Amino acid sequence: MGEVYYITTSGTLRRDENTILFENQDIKKKIPIENVSELFIVTEVSTNTKFFSLLSEYDIVAHFFNYYGYYIGSFYPRESKLSGHLIIKQVEHYLDKEQKLYLAKSFVIGSIINSEGIYKIDTKEHLEALKQASNTQEIMQVEGNFKKLCYKALEELTGWDFEARTKRPPQNPLNALISFGNSLVYAKVLGEIYHTPLNSTVSYLHEPSEKRHSLSLDMAEVFKPILSEGLIIELLKSKAITEKDFLEEAEYCYLNAEGRKKFLRAFDDLLKSTVYHPKLKRNVSLKTLIRLELYKLVKHLTGEEYYLPVNYHSLKR
Amino acid sequence: MYNTSELRFKGTQVAYYLICHRKLWLFTKGISFEDESDYVELGKLLDDTSFSRENKEGVSYEPVSIDFFSTENGLVVHEIKHSSALEPAHILQVKYYIYYLRQKGIKVSHGIIHYPKSKKLLKVELEEQDNELMQEVFKNMDNIIKKDKPPEVINKAYCKKCAYWEYCYG
Ligand code: SF4
Repeated sequence: MGEVYYITTSGTLRRDENTILFENQDIKKKIPIENVSELFIVTEVSTNTKFFSLLSEYDIVAHFFNYYGYYIGSFYPRESKLSGHLIIKQVEHYLDKEQKLYLAKSFVIGSIINSEGIYKIDTKEHLEALKQASNTQEIMQVEGNFKKLCYKALEELTGWDFEARTKRPPQNPLNALISFGNSLVYAKVLGEIYHTPLNSTVSYLHEPSEKRHSLSLDMAEVFKPILSEGLIIELLKSKAITEKDFLEEAEYCYLNAEGRKKFLRAFDDLLKSTVYHPKLKRNVSLKTLIRLELYKLVKHLTGEEYYLPVNYHSLKR
Repeated sequence: MYNTSELRFKGTQVAYYLICHRKLWLFTKGISFEDESDYVELGKLLDDTSFSRENKEGVSYEPVSIDFFSTENGLVVHEIKHSSALEPAHILQVKYYIYYLRQKGIKVSHGIIHYPKSKKLLKVELEEQDNELMQEVFKNMDNIIKKDKPPEVINKAYCKKCAYWEYCYG
């Protein structure tokens, strides 16, 4: 099993036999393909089809971000793990209103319980409202209301201004961090889905038409509080990231190259950090925790066990 | 009598039947997580035209197993396994290969399982009464696969080495 590689300096990416060759004026680096499990390309690169066919051959997902760290999309090689049986189950759960609601609510419950551990907000009322929700719009509304509280708490915890959540483009540093963090989580979850028989396009909370890999949006809800917001709080509180790490242009605000590097390093460290898994009776990395969460979804779909989102803060470190 | 045109099982499926019904179910439904390239699928090999060229030894499937054929008084099927811990499953798998090939009209003399680690060779023959056994196995396999839920976790020591371990126990 290889490593996740993050490419943060511009250059060209090419295939050289069975290695990835990265090159610019200053560096020439070869990475044997066996060492690579996934790629995050968080800068501008030029490349060619041969590079993609190499990724395809080795089942490697690559995520692309533009010069400003804005997520462009992912190269998702042909899926070799898909299961016709499971796709039918996924679709059945989408078409059945009750089943669809169950899963949609589960992802939001995951988001709420994992946010609770970070912001220490009282969640009772929101969980109750969620129970009452009878369609996706109502669920989204509950989530929206809850998120507003979270973002307020985020401002208080970090001392950074948030104002309104502005997405495209982000207009202040905190928004820029959230956009970047959330898209990393989305991409990471997608990278894990690829290695399961789940079809990434059939989703329950988000509409399958919303984005190509909408199942990743669904599952990312469970992990965003941990892998994005929690990380941002840590980076700002410890002053690992400061004003200097941002780039402000007119009304746009982005992490600059240095800031992005810091964020990615912390993100990778967090994914590698471990928690004790009571059922497996061993420590697992947060990356594995994402994978296990997807396995639980598979079990739900095959009718073995109801899916209940992981409560991250209840796991021992 | 089992219709031979329905002989659609892979060798690994037959082995899984003895190892774990849950594994058989999941594998058959295409629910797999780890790379299964460790397993040589003889089914694939049999369709291969190279098969007609006899005595073609050393058909190599990197990185783990090298399974091959030789000829004696007919074809000899060779299967290489890491450990003899699951010997009964390996034997059934090889018996299935012999059965399969004979059904296809190929003259097979016997099979040999190699356990290179323990330097052990195991000769496998398909006896008269095994034909009945195979029928029985196919029928049972069909019944397992037809279930709409996967069979339960089996809680065996070898689960820890199974590619489904995290899935089953997580
Ligand atoms: S882990 Fe055990 S129960 Fe699960 S498939 Fe493997 S052998 Fe069967």
